[in-house]
Amino acid sequence: MDHRTQNNRAWFLVLPVLVLVAFSAVIPLMTVVNYAFNDTFGNNQFFWAGLSWFEEMVTSERLHSALFRQIAFSLVILAIEVPLGILVALCMPRNGFWVSVCLVLMALPLLIPFNVVGTIWQIFGRVDIGLLGYVLAGLGIDYNYVSDPVDAWITLIVMDVWHWTSLVALLCYAGLQSIPQAYYQAAKIDQAGRWSVFRHIELPKMRGVLLIAVLLRFMDSFMIYTELFVVTGGGPGNSTTVLSIDLVKMAIGQFDLGPAAAFSLMYFLVILLVSWVFYTVMTNLDKEEGR
Amino acid sequence: MAELTLENLAHSYHANPRGEQDFALKELNHVWRDGGAYALLGASGCGKTTLLNIISGLLRPSQGRVLFDGRDVTNAPTAERNIAQVFQFPVVYDTMTVRDNLAFPLKNRGMDAPYIAQRVAQIAAMIGMEAVLDRKARGLTADAKQKISLGRGMVREDVNAILFDEPLTVIDPQMKWELRTQLKALHREFGHTMIYVTHDQTEALTFADKVVVMHEGRVVQLGTPEELFEAPQHTFVGYFIGSPGMNLLDARIEGRIAHTAAGPVPLGQEYPALSGRVEIGIRPEYVALTTGEGLPVTVRRVEDVGHFRILRGQMGDVPVNAVLPDGAMVPGQDVRLSFRPDKINVYADSWRVSGRSLGEAA
Repeated sequence: MDHRTQNNRAWFLVLPVLVLVAFSAVIPLMTVVNYAFNDTFGNNQFFWAGLSWFEEMVTSERLHSALFRQIAFSLVILAIEVPLGILVALCMPRNGFWVSVCLVLMALPLLIPFNVVGTIWQIFGRVDIGLLGYVLAGLGIDYNYVSDPVDAWITLIVMDVWHWTSLVALLCYAGLQSIPQAYYQAAKIDQAGRWSVFRHIELPKMRGVLLIAVLLRFMDSFMIYTELFVVTGGGPGNSTTVLSIDLVKMAIGQFDLGPAAAFSLMYFLVILLVSWVFYTVMTNLDKEEGR
Repeated sequence: MAELTLENLAHSYHANPRGEQDFALKELNHVWRDGGAYALLGASGCGKTTLLNIISGLLRPSQGRVLFDGRDVTNAPTAERNIAQVFQFPVVYDTMTVRDNLAFPLKNRGMDAPYIAQRVAQIAAMIGMEAVLDRKARGLTADAKQKISLGRGMVREDVNAILFDEPLTVIDPQMKWELRTQLKALHREFGHTMIYVTHDQTEALTFADKVVVMHEGRVVQLGTPEELFEAPQHTFVGYFIGSPGMNLLDARIEGRIAHTAAGPVPLGQEYPALSGRVEIGIRPEYVALTTGEGLPVTVRRVEDVGHFRILRGQMGDVPVNAVLPDGAMVPGQDVRLSFRPDKINVYADSWRVSGRSLGEAA
């Protein structure tokens, strides 16, 4: 016999959260949706525009090149930060006094506010007063991130690597620390070389945290705005204008609210889609692990 | 296969050991005969694993030498010693198939493919895993994984010795028995030198021809299971082996009589004057219920364990156990116990003292 009584009043308990989420996320998102399907000339007068803004954005050359730069940026920093993070994690001490020193030093870049990171590198790279720029100029290297697109890209990538590699390294380090000592001893007994130990013991045990690291780094780099805005502001020209920079230029610089709203909805959906793919892959791997 | 010799071996985890108490493994000399099945038995933290890791080369001893067939390998790395080791928790290479797991040590030594395939097939047949050779090792049960790690050890034909570090800890009880039997059969068939570390006396006594009992970093006795049972060299062996363990009573020895707090006990042999703390030890199996003679005992409880019963009693404040035949009646009052004189061992400061038998004395 079931003595529990059905009571729909329990829904009232989630009401505060629903209200909060509505004000913080749902309503702002809906205004964006509203802008994306209407045209406005101010005075709160809206004219139905249908899918035209979306069509304009999907076919826009400008958006294509921003998207291309965005993807290139994410791929390059992933290709550098993931292997480098693994390498750093492998080189970190496993126990003793230096563990805490390493952990604190590596956590430092992660604790600095994004715009401060941007400012640090903006000044660091300046040819007139920045340490890096000045030294490079002194060595006779023609470096100027303000005028040379390649230099601007290199500066941004080095900055991101400096800022975020320790996140990947710390995650990998946690994965490495969870490997029981017996695995290394067994590998010694089986006469496995260093590469075999990495390939067959360390890498499989790190796979879970590596996926999380890749997901986090992909998401963050795909949405990068603050540091990049402070250092180059998307320049020189449009050479470092990635999606978020372009979006802000369009929405706030040119006040093209309709196209910008359509743009941001698509941007949002792309990130949602990628996250979902990652999530599915990860949970499937977990299931396989538990088998 | 090889004969393993340990010469003046000792180990301390301190950089500068100041006294004997700093040594996890106290000085010992020992020879592991080629093809022997040995068990290393002792409570947790007695130095068993330390000794095992020294033999396999995972740990370098603070003093002494390790010899394989007379060759000094004390400073040789693990890879050169050609040792196999099965760990407490099963170690398999998750991403590889069972076949690749078994082939791994041979591939690392650069053997050619036909030889590897042939050896892997042989080993798979030996450990009964031919059916799952192409499965990923990750999904297998703990006992299957332990078999794989054993197989990985045996796949090298010239392996010097196989070391087991409490290999059945994570295995289900009924599988434990099966694996132990299989291991024993493999030893009989292939004659590897095997050293089996455990804190479980049943495992040690059923697996090994010779059992090495360790206590506080010291080897206290090396003997056959029978020797450990009949003549424990140290009181630790007495109460650690056997269930329940040996009864120990403080006593004063005068020739062939031991005077305990509960009364005099006749001994099977004659003993000289002993110094230090003197105790007599008697296995519960050799303690019998008597009427009239013997020592009085307070019965605390009687446990029925199937085909025999255990009397748990007390003489003064010393616990005394006796194994009674099935159906034996314990009287309600004035319970007395007698000890078989020829089965009594005498200990001075925990170490066994041998007496002179009556024949020699005459």
